[in-house]
Amino acid sequence: MEYFLLIVSAILVNNFVLSKFLGICPFLGVSKKISTALGMSGAVIFVITIASAVTWCLEKWLLEPLGLAKFLETLSFILVIAALVQLIDIVMKRFAPPLHAALGIFLPLITTNCAVLGVAVLNMKEGNGFFKSVVFGFAASVGFSMALLIFTGLREKIERANPPRCFRGVAIALVTAGLLSLAFMGFNGLVK
Amino acid sequence: MNAITVSTLCVGGIGCVSALALAVADKFLSVKEDPRIGQVADLLPGANCGGCGFAGCADYAKAIVTGGAELNCCAPGGAEVAGKIAKCLGRDAVDVVKKVAVVMCGGDSTSAVRRFAYNGINDCAAANSTGGGDKGCTYGCLGYGSCARACPAGAIEIANGIARVVKSRCIGCGKCATVCPRKLIKLVPASETVHVRCSSKDKGPAVKKVCAKGCIGCRLCTKLGDPGAFSADGFLCARDYSQPLTKADDVIAKCPGHCITKDAD
Repeated sequence: MEYFLLIVSAILVNNFVLSKFLGICPFLGVSKKISTALGMSGAVIFVITIASAVTWCLEKWLLEPLGLAKFLETLSFILVIAALVQLIDIVMKRFAPPLHAALGIFLPLITTNCAVLGVAVLNMKEGNGFFKSVVFGFAASVGFSMALLIFTGLREKIERANPPRCFRGVAIALVTAGLLSLAFMGFNGLVK
Repeated sequence: MNAITVSTLCVGGIGCVSALALAVADKFLSVKEDPRIGQVADLLPGANCGGCGFAGCADYAKAIVTGGAELNCCAPGGAEVAGKIAKCLGRDAVDVVKKVAVVMCGGDSTSAVRRFAYNGINDCAAANSTGGGDKGCTYGCLGYGSCARACPAGAIEIANGIARVVKSRCIGCGKCATVCPRKLIKLVPASETVHVRCSSKDKGPAVKKVCAKGCIGCRLCTKLGDPGAFSADGFLCARDYSQPLTKADDVIAKCPGHCITKDAD
């Protein structure tokens, strides 16, 4: 039950994009076509889940014993996540070429994504255990993907619509993102 | 040891370990790529127009080297690039016929009638699906510029209600031909200047009713022109570019539908 609530909370109530406002750049950047949005979603889910496991180990086994967790968290997380993503890129290219062809170009884009870092930092702030961290990371990235896909679907429709001239392009996209965020506020109170 | 030393060592250590891991991974896990792929990609124009049928220049280069794709698919590069690639790979040079797009409709706003005032989205596909399009002729160019927006070279102009390809700017990628909802744009050899600018398959009287520059299917061009230079299919004649045309002026002057024209540029 605890994990169920965690997942529902991370996907709907505390959605990373729409209520925590993390990972806005890919949210606006790759939301023009469903196919690219799907690739980005896959890459984000993959990276965040692995990154939350690795950062948990880093925090518990290196930073906390040395007493550096308070101020070195962000810096070392960025460093480790960036290296990790590059490593995954190399390994994937060698052992899973089809997967690399699908996610490849998105992997370097999310090395320093704030959503990835946000999950890691939030895990430490909440004091989650290893398994809980991984589950939270997975749920948060699924929430991100869901928001991204919904938004992409909307933008594809808007492309065909005829908004006033001054609203065309990014302006109407941002208004849509705002409305979507408002809609997700409706989930507030679903989970404490 | 004070905190500054510890944190410097710690971050430095993480950096060193990561760097080492990446170096080892790159050394033992890297995938060897044929160096000729990069060379061929450098020779290609790099416009990524997709006219060759592959997802961009790099993908086409890969297909040439590994998949045995034809060397003459690159329209913007033309014969020069095909020759360079052939030289680079030690293959025989292949002939490249430079092609340009031509809009097979001459029904501008002075000669073709519109059935109603279309007020919707400025897009040919949308206009075409609104009551079959506002143009009287159901085959003709709607003139809402979907092809012009698709053109990576800015070679299509919308003037007087129809699209016109500026030959000197056309790179022959064929993107316009795929977006046109009425399939009016054809790729033809760039050396050809005389075209039957009509795509209406309707009978003569029906064409005359909606357009002053339409092919009525009289087949006069097939008789006046060089043998085989024009072909007729039902009520629509077309230029057969595989045959030469020498008596162009005579055909143009006598075409009763006024649909055979010569390029101005």
